[in-house]
Amino acid sequence: MLIAVLSGILFALLFLFFRLQNGWLRFIPAFLPLSLLIYFSTWLPEVTGGQEILFKYSWIPAMGVNLDFKLDGLAMLFSLMITGIGTLVYIYAAAYLSDRSQIHKFFSCLSLFMAAMLGLVLSDNLLVLFIFWELTSISSFFLIGWNTKEEASRKSAVLALAITGGGGFLLLAGVLLMGNVGSSYSIQALTAASATLKQHSSYVLMLCFVFAGAFTKSAMFPFHFWLPGAMKAPTPVSAYLHSATMVKAGIYLLFRLSPVLGGEPLWNYTLMIVGGFTLLYASFQSLFRTDLKGVLAYSTIAALGLIVLLIGIGTTESFLAAAVFILVHALYKAALFLCTGIIDHAVHSRDLTKLSGLRKIMMPVAIAAGIAALSSAGIPFTFGFIGKDLIYEATMHTGMLAIQLTGLVLVANILLSYAGYIAGFRPFAGALPEAYADTAKPGFLLWGPPALLAVLSLFFGFFPALSSPLVNAVVSAAGGNPALPDLKLWHGFNLILLLSGVTVVGGFLLYLLRKPADSQLQFMDRFEPFSARSFFLGLAEGIKKISHYFTCKLQNGYLRNYMITIISFLLILLCWKLVKLIPNSIDFSTMTPVSMYDVVILVMMVSAIFVLMFTSSRLTSIISLSIVGYSICLLFVFYGAPDLAMTQFTIDTLTAVLFMLILLKLPPFLTLTNKAIKIRDAIISAIFGGVISMIAFLVLQEPTHKTISRFYADNAYSLAKGKNVVNVILVDFRGSDTLIEITVLTIAALGVYSMLKLKISSSEKE
Amino acid sequence: MEFLLVLLIGLLYASGTYMMFRRSMVKLLLGLILIGNGANLLIFLVGDINKGNPPVIPRDFSSLQGVYSDPIPQALILTAIVISFGLQAFAIVLLKRVYLVTGTDDLDQLNSDDQDI
Repeated sequence: MLIAVLSGILFALLFLFFRLQNGWLRFIPAFLPLSLLIYFSTWLPEVTGGQEILFKYSWIPAMGVNLDFKLDGLAMLFSLMITGIGTLVYIYAAAYLSDRSQIHKFFSCLSLFMAAMLGLVLSDNLLVLFIFWELTSISSFFLIGWNTKEEASRKSAVLALAITGGGGFLLLAGVLLMGNVGSSYSIQALTAASATLKQHSSYVLMLCFVFAGAFTKSAMFPFHFWLPGAMKAPTPVSAYLHSATMVKAGIYLLFRLSPVLGGEPLWNYTLMIVGGFTLLYASFQSLFRTDLKGVLAYSTIAALGLIVLLIGIGTTESFLAAAVFILVHALYKAALFLCTGIIDHAVHSRDLTKLSGLRKIMMPVAIAAGIAALSSAGIPFTFGFIGKDLIYEATMHTGMLAIQLTGLVLVANILLSYAGYIAGFRPFAGALPEAYADTAKPGFLLWGPPALLAVLSLFFGFFPALSSPLVNAVVSAAGGNPALPDLKLWHGFNLILLLSGVTVVGGFLLYLLRKPADSQLQFMDRFEPFSARSFFLGLAEGIKKISHYFTCKLQNGYLRNYMITIISFLLILLCWKLVKLIPNSIDFSTMTPVSMYDVVILVMMVSAIFVLMFTSSRLTSIISLSIVGYSICLLFVFYGAPDLAMTQFTIDTLTAVLFMLILLKLPPFLTLTNKAIKIRDAIISAIFGGVISMIAFLVLQEPTHKTISRFYADNAYSLAKGKNVVNVILVDFRGSDTLIEITVLTIAALGVYSMLKLKISSSEKE
Repeated sequence: MEFLLVLLIGLLYASGTYMMFRRSMVKLLLGLILIGNGANLLIFLVGDINKGNPPVIPRDFSSLQGVYSDPIPQALILTAIVISFGLQAFAIVLLKRVYLVTGTDDLDQLNSDDQDI
């Protein structure tokens, strides 16, 4: 099982190294999803028999993160969809992208995505689930932005990543919270601890986080707008990610967590409201689209809303309806997407106002799309009919809300069947424009996959009972009553049949009466400034502006501004603490008495410092600096540090000489800043100096520890045979430090030497 | 005396930062040297100063006798003085170099991106 899940990742790496663009070689990758499909199918008898197959692999047991995979009905349904539709998409993509030299990279991304998706639906560990969840976001980023040269494509990829990634971040918070409260990350264990979770005070918070993750991934309102944008992706990607798999990850999560967090009014009503609103909003929006993929994108959002609504209702009937509808939708929507891709590929247009009569050049495609459209509308003898039936049955048995919900679903279903007709019939009906007359016929490998999907829609429509074992297993995994009768084609004449009829006929009437037109799209565009999309884009723009402003403000390129910022910040932090520590009185008795020559030196130093600060002569400033240095040298002499005095004396002399040699060639000081700035700088420096004094004074109040000094003093002669303790420390006890110091000095000397010797070329001197 | 030294160190730091806030590169360097001196004195001061003997073992003895200054701050300062000289020497030469190439020692004139040069 581990190999099955991770094989996609392994092959993703492998595909990168093999350029598969030659002839039939590019169909090789399709064997990966095909073999996985066969592998999962072999488990079908056990799973439909009600078993849950567990595979445990320890990964980070100390943190409770293990690669535990659980294959139950729900996981099986999704795995079969991922690998089954995956196989068809792989074949289709190989034909669709035949003229691209990057095809091996495409399959690499696609395999990574498939592996991530499989891992997501099979993981029993929430943290592992989260990792795969993020992996789908990242791999889909590459797939959506596949046309790297188009700006719109890159932008929509970033938008999709931002929305789903942001949701993933919140999901992580939810997962950690659930793991914390339930003291396990295993979904099985959490299901057992469901009551504890629901009674916990942070239950609302958990729901918020989990919903944020699921709604962003499954494009619920108000996060739906990334999905129409993601239609910039190549059509195989749209068909795979945006009909069958990735957008259903959120649905999967809600399904999976239904037994853990569900059953509370908050859970049910939130899902019903969000799902219902999304359903209505998106199905209404799809009326106004003229881009074929736009229609499909919005009808997909509507379908996702419908599934969320059904999960929200939370009865066994609604779970059954949701499970069946997931399968129905995947079959017909993937088929419609693939047909759209064929049209786009052949005539390079997806504009519904222009396409017509294409049945004359691509009959098999027209048939496949037509069947998919019929399944979408819910005509009897298609799988869609069974789905619609179950949906109405679920909404009608919700008690108080039955009438409202049924009405809502009826309206939305009429609009959705219209969208299906538009996408499945419109491009093929009517007269063929002359411009398209000499278009090449699409090959079998292009129309084969959608045709197979359409045939499956019909097959399950005729024999719905065949899907019963699987969907019943899904219902039991979601916490519904598993003892369900088999799905039936004919329920007799009743209200549900009437509703189905109204849907089919209503959608068809709408199709006959309405013509897609650009004017309608422009009408809708007027509301764009109020949409969630504009809000999010505005938010992103605002964040960009703020960070730009701050960057310019902080990184302004002036050294003194950086210093002032750093020092001011330091001062604020230090003053905060130091204010409380200011002593009331100072005890002078413990200090060394001041002698006359101390005072003379201090006076010399202070006056030299002030001269240095305010002089405009370079010579004076260098002399003042030397006075400061030599005074310190004298202080060292008085306080028992002859070595320091000697060093300081040498160094100061050298510095003065160097300054003299070089600075006299520089221009005299100019008055560059005005008085106000000087006063501001003076104040900041004075406070800084004061704070340093304060710190020095406070340190002096603490007793010093002499243990280390004692050690050196006692052992200087006995261990190192030296009598000058300072020298012994430098050259013996800390000898390697001194060696490194000498190295530093050597490097500095080399730098000085090379810079003095370097001749300035004319090009450098501008 | 300690109190006066505390004030002196504060003055050295204050004047050093003030000089570093100026636009001239020479003043920046002078400010750096002043702060360096202040830091050396600070280390010296917090290691307890006294007017005692230097930490040198007298003839015929094998350990320090009487009151002596703490050798550790001295060792640290000695290192610091030498290293800061390396820095100063390099900075002075670099400064000359920058002046020869750009014709200015005004830091604001040097404020340009790589692309502008």
